[in-house]
Amino acid sequence: MAHFEKANSLNEWLDQRLAVNTLRRVLAKEYWIPKDINFLWAMGMVLAVTFGILLVSGIFLLMYYQPNVATAFDSVNYTIMQEVEFGWLWRHVHAVAASVVFLIIYIHMFTGIYYGSYKKGREMIWISGMLLFVAFSAEAFSGYMLPWGQMSYWAGMVITNLFSLGSLEVNSLVEWIRGDYVPAQAFLDRFFMLHVLLIPLAILALIGIHFGALRIPHVNNQKGEEIDFKVEAEKYKAGNKAASKVIAFANDFMSKDMFVVAVYLLFFFYLVFWHFNFAMDPVNFDPADGLVTPAHIYPEWYFLWSYEILRPFSKDIGLIAFGFAQVIFFLLPFLDRSPNAVPASRRGAFMLWFWIMVVDMIVLTAMGKLPPEGIFSTIGLVAAVVFIALWVALPFITKLEKKC
Amino acid sequence: MKELFILAVVTFFSLLTYWLVEPFAHSQMHAHIDSEQFAYADLPSLTKEGDATRGADTFMAGGCIGCHNVKALGMETGMSAKDSAAAYGVNPPDLSNAGAIYDAKFLAAVINNPAHATMVEHKFSDTRPHPMPNFYGAGGDIEQETADIVAYLQSIAVKAEEVTPTMAFENACGRCHAVRYTNWTQMGEKPAFKYKKDELRYDADVLEYQDSVKAYMGKLPPDLSMYIRSRNEHYLSTFIENPQHLLKGTAMPRTGVTAESAEKVIEYLKMAGDPKAEERNEVGKTVMIFLVIFAIFAYLWKRQVWRDLH
Amino acid sequence: MNQTRRGFMGKAFGAVAGVGAVGALYAMKKSWDPLPSVKAAGFTTIDVSACVANKLIVEKWRGKPIFVLKKTAEMVASQNEEQAARDIVVGDDHFMIAIGLCTHLGCIPAYREDKKDFKCACHGGEFDFAGIDTLAPPPSPLVIPPFKITGNSVVLGEEGPEYKKMKESGVIA
Repeated sequence: MAHFEKANSLNEWLDQRLAVNTLRRVLAKEYWIPKDINFLWAMGMVLAVTFGILLVSGIFLLMYYQPNVATAFDSVNYTIMQEVEFGWLWRHVHAVAASVVFLIIYIHMFTGIYYGSYKKGREMIWISGMLLFVAFSAEAFSGYMLPWGQMSYWAGMVITNLFSLGSLEVNSLVEWIRGDYVPAQAFLDRFFMLHVLLIPLAILALIGIHFGALRIPHVNNQKGEEIDFKVEAEKYKAGNKAASKVIAFANDFMSKDMFVVAVYLLFFFYLVFWHFNFAMDPVNFDPADGLVTPAHIYPEWYFLWSYEILRPFSKDIGLIAFGFAQVIFFLLPFLDRSPNAVPASRRGAFMLWFWIMVVDMIVLTAMGKLPPEGIFSTIGLVAAVVFIALWVALPFITKLEKKC
Repeated sequence: MKELFILAVVTFFSLLTYWLVEPFAHSQMHAHIDSEQFAYADLPSLTKEGDATRGADTFMAGGCIGCHNVKALGMETGMSAKDSAAAYGVNPPDLSNAGAIYDAKFLAAVINNPAHATMVEHKFSDTRPHPMPNFYGAGGDIEQETADIVAYLQSIAVKAEEVTPTMAFENACGRCHAVRYTNWTQMGEKPAFKYKKDELRYDADVLEYQDSVKAYMGKLPPDLSMYIRSRNEHYLSTFIENPQHLLKGTAMPRTGVTAESAEKVIEYLKMAGDPKAEERNEVGKTVMIFLVIFAIFAYLWKRQVWRDLH
Repeated sequence: MNQTRRGFMGKAFGAVAGVGAVGALYAMKKSWDPLPSVKAAGFTTIDVSACVANKLIVEKWRGKPIFVLKKTAEMVASQNEEQAARDIVVGDDHFMIAIGLCTHLGCIPAYREDKKDFKCACHGGEFDFAGIDTLAPPPSPLVIPPFKITGNSVVLGEEGPEYKKMKESGVIA
């Protein structure tokens, strides 16, 4: 049994029982971050804050939302939006955060790709991050069902139909997922459960793993320099902060994070109050109607690139290409055969690969929303082929890369 | 500075993506319709000066009050909304304030040829005539007589600026469209009932009314509760002005409201579907001011902490 | 000096963030307020013209049962001052109107027409026909809700002059 002495302060009392000082030291004061980083390294904190915003606003929506096909639409658009004080605020915040979180995720991902932060012991950071991406995608999709508008219904119809697996026609699987022949009460109930319980639990667990995965390999830095964290930390602790290549998570890194978060929140709340339509599709303000498909149906912007990889091909090939797009990013640490964990700007052909990939995904995103006609179809097809070709080429161009 | 350059790159790609999937994509999906300023340029102008006193006689002689209520003057057909709808397809509008809500040119045109003025000639034929018969004149100069009736309707109506959102909506839209968020049914505002059976009786009447409208229009016109969010203001305004522009072949008649009345209708829809817009703006301003202060303090803190690190 | 100033900026930032948190808490508190539709339903009009003397009528107001008892002439005549003070007079008729929840722990007492009193089944408390507690455990008379008399009706949820008078004279706590 541990030995307890009379504590002289609340902190001491807590420290004896919860080891708060050790926790603070390990998690903050002596959790070392490279000094040579830029604001893109704050995206993790921005994501954590956004997830917190989603959680809190979601809790308030949950208290008035009714997961019933007869009342869901009105509970959202009347009760929450018009009756509950600040209900409109929770909903706008929740909807905009759900959209913006993907913008930050994409920036976070491409930061990792650009700086090679998925290599040399950082593979698990990348893989847990990609799992988080998948979990957030599922969370976004299930949440999109809940207002039970036209886009909810038809997105539910189309996406669940993907599980018939093309020509295999596994309709029983589709019906099993829906619990009905079409998206209906059982479907709404189970997606409600997924959205408010199961997927959030998975996300919380994955966030834990993602953070944990950072501890041993540490965060990468702007130049891809290999830092001896022990030596640098000693310098810092000896008071030679200016010469040390590392900084403490708190308050050093934290204070910078908070400034980035503040700027981000300005942008975020501007969208919430005055520019929400991009995140709250007007079509979804029409109640779900199983007998009328909207004139234009498209996913939210963050799914468009993978949707477009599905669209230009025939049914089965499209599905295979779509499946390819879903898993291929997971394999990035293994498809990249170069030992260099440095910024793309110093990696020759890979730099070209990176920028073509960025542009190609933006093109796919744009084409995914446009009506699939004429020139747009052709551009979409080319962009989809380029996407696949880039991934096929990746092992070869990285294999040829010189060591630097 | 390098960080600003990186920020510029990130911002550029974000904005490019935004532009592609929002303004550009929507411009490709929905053709832009210019407002005609509620000029009703396709209808003939009124060439004759109307006389309200003469118009009153023509109005009575023309048999308008056989179908139309003029409640402001105590003229009522004695038929319930439900029975009127059963007889004519839809409950004909009360004409008390028609002179203020509708455009004068449109009123004249609708008196002479309702199917033409409301742009639904594709729906009607000799075998299926419009429920409101054309006015063929009372024996004199038909143009003069029509102008007189219009003058009469204007003389009995409230002033244009006294038209309320509810008045405009009820008359021009609310006999076909329900708005459940304002408790509006096609038969009017749903009263509060103490007993369930009375409420069910009322609901059954509404359903019967809706059946009549459904038969008349081809389908039940949609509930407009959230139309201010599902369509935008420009869409609604141009749609009210001329439904055929945005929805070719629609059964919805052109309503012929004045530009001011159309604004009132949109105001009503805002009341129904987006009543918190004002509050949103106010709260938004406060939050933004707070965040600017928050950002300044965050920056000062960062600068202070990092002074030792450089 | 430098040391204090650094501490100060961190605290100042924390304080500003705290203001934001309080703002968010305010919005959260407001989100829990009863909805306007709930508040609007807080008024109930009871038409008492059809009441029969010594027959208890139970209405509903704000989710709670409301006892409406028209008193017979004998009942009115037999009342003492305390009982009479609780009378709600509509036209020529005297009524006992109260929230039908025992003041002990909130069960609904039953009216016994023969004994002209209320008996609570939960813990045996009793009230007379004026709603005054006569047998413990209930500590106080049945609660008279805010009311306003309009013609033949009583509107619950609104404070009319008669209600205010009762309140001033201490009949209603």
